[in-house]
Amino acid sequence: MSFEPSESATDAREGLLTSQLLGSAAAVLRFCVVTAATFLGLLAITFFIGRVVPIDPVLAVVGDRASNEVYEAARQAMGLDRPLIIQFFSYVGDVFTGNLGTSISTGRPVTEDLARFFPATLEMATIGILIGVLLGVPMGVLAATRQGSWVDQLIRVLGLLGYSVPAFWLGLVGLAVFYAGLGWVAGPGRIDIFYDGIVDPVTGLYLIDSLVAGEWDIFWNALDHLMLPASILGFFSLAYIARMTRSFMLDQLGHEYVTTARVKGVPERRVIWRHAFYPIRIQLITVIGLSYAALLEGSVMIETVFSWPGIGNYLTNALLNADMNAVLGATLVIGAVFILINKISDVLYRILDPRARK
Amino acid sequence: MIDWLLDDSPSSRLQAYLGRAWRVFAALLRNPLAVVGGFIILVLIVMAIFAPLLAPYSPIGQDLANRLMPPSAAHWMGTDELGRDIYSRVVYGARITLMIVTMVAVIAAPIGLIVGAISGYFGGWTDRVLMGVTDIFLSMPKLILALAFVAALGPGIENAIIAIAITAWPAYARIARAETITFRDAEFIAAVRLQGASSARVILRHVLPLCASSTIIRVTLDMAGIILTAAGLGFLGLGAQPPLPEWGAMISRGRNFILDQWWVATMPGFAIILVSLGFCFLGDGLRDVLDPKQGDKQ
Repeated sequence: MSFEPSESATDAREGLLTSQLLGSAAAVLRFCVVTAATFLGLLAITFFIGRVVPIDPVLAVVGDRASNEVYEAARQAMGLDRPLIIQFFSYVGDVFTGNLGTSISTGRPVTEDLARFFPATLEMATIGILIGVLLGVPMGVLAATRQGSWVDQLIRVLGLLGYSVPAFWLGLVGLAVFYAGLGWVAGPGRIDIFYDGIVDPVTGLYLIDSLVAGEWDIFWNALDHLMLPASILGFFSLAYIARMTRSFMLDQLGHEYVTTARVKGVPERRVIWRHAFYPIRIQLITVIGLSYAALLEGSVMIETVFSWPGIGNYLTNALLNADMNAVLGATLVIGAVFILINKISDVLYRILDPRARK
Repeated sequence: MIDWLLDDSPSSRLQAYLGRAWRVFAALLRNPLAVVGGFIILVLIVMAIFAPLLAPYSPIGQDLANRLMPPSAAHWMGTDELGRDIYSRVVYGARITLMIVTMVAVIAAPIGLIVGAISGYFGGWTDRVLMGVTDIFLSMPKLILALAFVAALGPGIENAIIAIAITAWPAYARIARAETITFRDAEFIAAVRLQGASSARVILRHVLPLCASSTIIRVTLDMAGIILTAAGLGFLGLGAQPPLPEWGAMISRGRNFILDQWWVATMPGFAIILVSLGFCFLGDGLRDVLDPKQGDKQ
């Protein structure tokens, strides 16, 4: 019988630490497996859409007047005589080596096309999310602190409209009002033809490229073109972000520690931003991440309306030309970015929020 | 009659069901937004059924002498580039919209419910595999996935419905699983099982009915999204084909005239917004009535 419990206590503590470490290692491993499985799932879906759903991909290539020999030769050349699972693995291999096939409408490799069109989408979605965050978060906080005020009502209306207005319709109405009617913004396209091709595409983001080159005219022109489509995208993320911010804030403001802070005389501004807003910033990251991913998706419609040369426009053009390689390539890239952003915001949430680490 | 419906000790199963339905209905009537939403949906249904009576002109009848006329007493919403009356087309378009949302709900909800109930009821590896697949579908961008499916299946309204249904079912699977897990080990399930009921019978007769109310809420709330996706497919030329008066396709036709003849593209858009809002209002109202816990969080 010993009076030294320290040893076993240390053991226990070490054991606890080890199990925590093991636990977090398992969590990381689990997360990686889930992420990998999700990407593999995306590949399986695009593979399925490309190889299984069409009635006959060979006929699409050789045409229906081809002789049996030509047909068989094409079938073998396309590798379609192999078992489906082998075809899938070779497809995955192709994707990982950056080979997405050739687009029949542009005649270039799909990977090359996508790399060229992606910056335009990225630029629009990024300005869109900036508008959504910079306006949506303060509006949500204001609405929560002044329930029933005009901001609160506005957010309710915007939230409902965000759910029920078609993005492409809003784009058309925006063009009719702000471009044709009021003349406040430039029309469809990324830049006036006059300015096209002057600045070297360093990043592919016109706003940054023109600044790097010091061409202010081009910067303002690009901004003029970007303003309307980005604002319409921004409207949808604003509606969502403001509504979520409001509901998070209301939840926090109902807690007793907020009452305590008020009772002990903390200035209201500090109560709102330091005591109530500070804890919800982590939840907001997830909301913003989700919203950003949704914007990339929403840009498909907006780009079509504004003839914006991004991935969305590329995708819809490919759809109309039945250019399956391009359709699947664009689907894959948008899907992968979508999943990636979701996973990153998930990871950030876990890292930043101690409660989620358990 | 109302006394019979509200009887605390109903004497038949039918009376109990009707009584519950009446209580839900009465509670909905006390919610102004839900009444507005229900009214909009009712108008949509009436428009779809009585389209030939409500539309003054044929939805596909061309009148090239009167093309691109602004809204007037003769043409309430103006005419399009082929002289077709836009109001009549919007009225007939209600049929297409109603058909799309009904078909998507009828296809996607049962698939999701069954997958979710099986997953929750059996647990273990069945659960892991089914939920893994569900989560993969859930983490995909829905619109893009639907676009790619339609591209492979070919444009058309049936394929658009299939594509939307493929992207819509996972949400219902998640709901059904969550509900099933809460009463999987309940005594009434054990009692049915002890009486020798097969798993299929337990799931179909005893598990699924209990998932119904949360699924109905979710389906109603999802309707707005389904309408927008369908209209988007129509706008891109992948949904309903001309000359069908689908609202999204009509907006697409009006695109070329948006700067001068704004009514061609804007009028069908108002119809889409109104119907989507109606489903949102009704869904919110249903949630408040059927599931008060969730409503508080919003």
